[in-house]
Amino acid sequence: MRRLRAAKDKTARYLMLGIAIFTILLLIVIGLCLFFKALPIMREKNLWVLLTSGDWKPFKGDFGFLPFILSTFYVSIIAIIIALPFSILTSIYLNSYASKHVKRFFEPVVDLLSGIPPIIYGVWGTLTIVPLIANKIAPRFVEFSTGYTILAGGVVLAVMIIPLLISIILEVFRSIPKEMTDASLAMGATKWQTVKKVILRKSFSGIMAATVLALSRAFGETMAVLMVCGNVTQIPHSIFDAGYPLPALIANNYGEMLSMPSYESALMLSAFLLFIIVVLFNGLSRVTLIQIEKRYQF
Amino acid sequence: MIMKQLEEKIFKVIMICAAMIILGVLVYIIGTVFYKGLPALTLDMITKLPGGGFYLGKEGGVLNAIVGSIYIILGSLVISILISVPLVMYINFYLPAKSIFSSLIRFSLDILFGIPSIVYGAFGFALMVYLGIRASLIGGILTVAMLIMPIMMRSFDEITRLLSRDLPDALLSLGATKYEMVKVILRQLMPGLVTAILLAIGRGIGDAATVLFTAGYTDNIPTALNQPAATLPLSIFFQLGSPVEEVQNRAYASAIILTVIILILSFTARYFSSKFSKNKI
Repeated sequence: MRRLRAAKDKTARYLMLGIAIFTILLLIVIGLCLFFKALPIMREKNLWVLLTSGDWKPFKGDFGFLPFILSTFYVSIIAIIIALPFSILTSIYLNSYASKHVKRFFEPVVDLLSGIPPIIYGVWGTLTIVPLIANKIAPRFVEFSTGYTILAGGVVLAVMIIPLLISIILEVFRSIPKEMTDASLAMGATKWQTVKKVILRKSFSGIMAATVLALSRAFGETMAVLMVCGNVTQIPHSIFDAGYPLPALIANNYGEMLSMPSYESALMLSAFLLFIIVVLFNGLSRVTLIQIEKRYQF
Repeated sequence: MIMKQLEEKIFKVIMICAAMIILGVLVYIIGTVFYKGLPALTLDMITKLPGGGFYLGKEGGVLNAIVGSIYIILGSLVISILISVPLVMYINFYLPAKSIFSSLIRFSLDILFGIPSIVYGAFGFALMVYLGIRASLIGGILTVAMLIMPIMMRSFDEITRLLSRDLPDALLSLGATKYEMVKVILRQLMPGLVTAILLAIGRGIGDAATVLFTAGYTDNIPTALNQPAATLPLSIFFQLGSPVEEVQNRAYASAIILTVIILILSFTARYFSSKFSKNKI
């Protein structure tokens, strides 16, 4: 009897260890798989040329990723510029000002925003943001715009990354010991002065980490951006030009391109690029966040 | 003195505005979807398969996509529960509290969580080509499982960490093996597990980029694992691409179906997680 119990315990332990190793390996396997799939195109062409050339003519064998990289970059930057102030202000409000009721009311709001599927954001974007840009905003700056623009992608993405930003910034705020803010308040500082001089200063690195994390989420967002960005292969010159981000490139062309090995390899290279950037950004900001969490724990 | 009071007031107003705008956007999104979709939402939409000429505006519904999405999410749930639960138990109760190995696992979960769904989709497809599987139910299930596993593990891990160490210690001191201890603890953690599962369903059911190449698309309900399966987000996407207005309106109606599913999942998850914090021992 005792032997049986011990044997069961041992089996379970080894199984679990196996699963744990599998989880870590999965990350490495994904990276290696994408890398080897992308290798043929990197052998064929100079990587630097691939990344900095603007010529994308797959049927002639020209694979320049610059339009896609720039589109991804612009869309994400616009998203961050819009989302960051809203997220910081709302987080400060929820952390230092809001009553318990308001806080409890806002939790499901943030949850829902992060739970809404990308495709719904895309539907919303095409129905509201795109016409708004085409009819109201763009005519003031440029002669003609369809509305399917870099700006539309940025606005939709901004809404999508706000919940991520808020939840991480709130966590960073919570890691600041209450004694610190209490001390500031006791010295006669107003709440806002405390926020400005204590909370924001203490959580600067945390907010940076949250931004980087949100940026990497924005880089990889596919469906919603694809639906509002226009998907024209060109180097965008203004935010009212159509763009074609990397994930949209993969989504639109992958799967049909198995007949052309170099095209498939090029698309795999873009997936590999996304993977590397996301892993780097994620790793960096997670390390920062873990250190912040540890800072005040004794 | 007055300056700092004034500054306080101004910033408070700005902050409330920011929060209100975020709330407003949420209402705006859900409102837009319902406003556009409600006229086209009929019972046929959720009870019928696409009929002949469905994509030209003739009759039919998106039952194929609803059932396909449910099949894929159920399949991937089975896989990810079987992997997540043991893993979370392992890092919380088998490994020492501050081991490097458990931080390494948690770190790689964080990274896996951040990988975009399109990368999972591309990886899943490459894997399927390697294994010789065509776009099918099983391909979709495997890829979505990869996507939702980190979500489930992280949220379940977060809840498990809240559990006080008294129960495990008591169980061990009664002579239970660790495996027996875990079985008891799991019962205690059930509401937490349900929350994690609901979160994972919500993410998995709405994601289009993972199933785009791996699950394929069909007007029928798949009857075997190697047949292609339609999914709700892709069904919305394809109907939106149609030039026919009726079909586009149906896309909005399908968007309502998906939104309602997400709303129900989100509120149920909230209910279970609040229950958990009440039952905390």
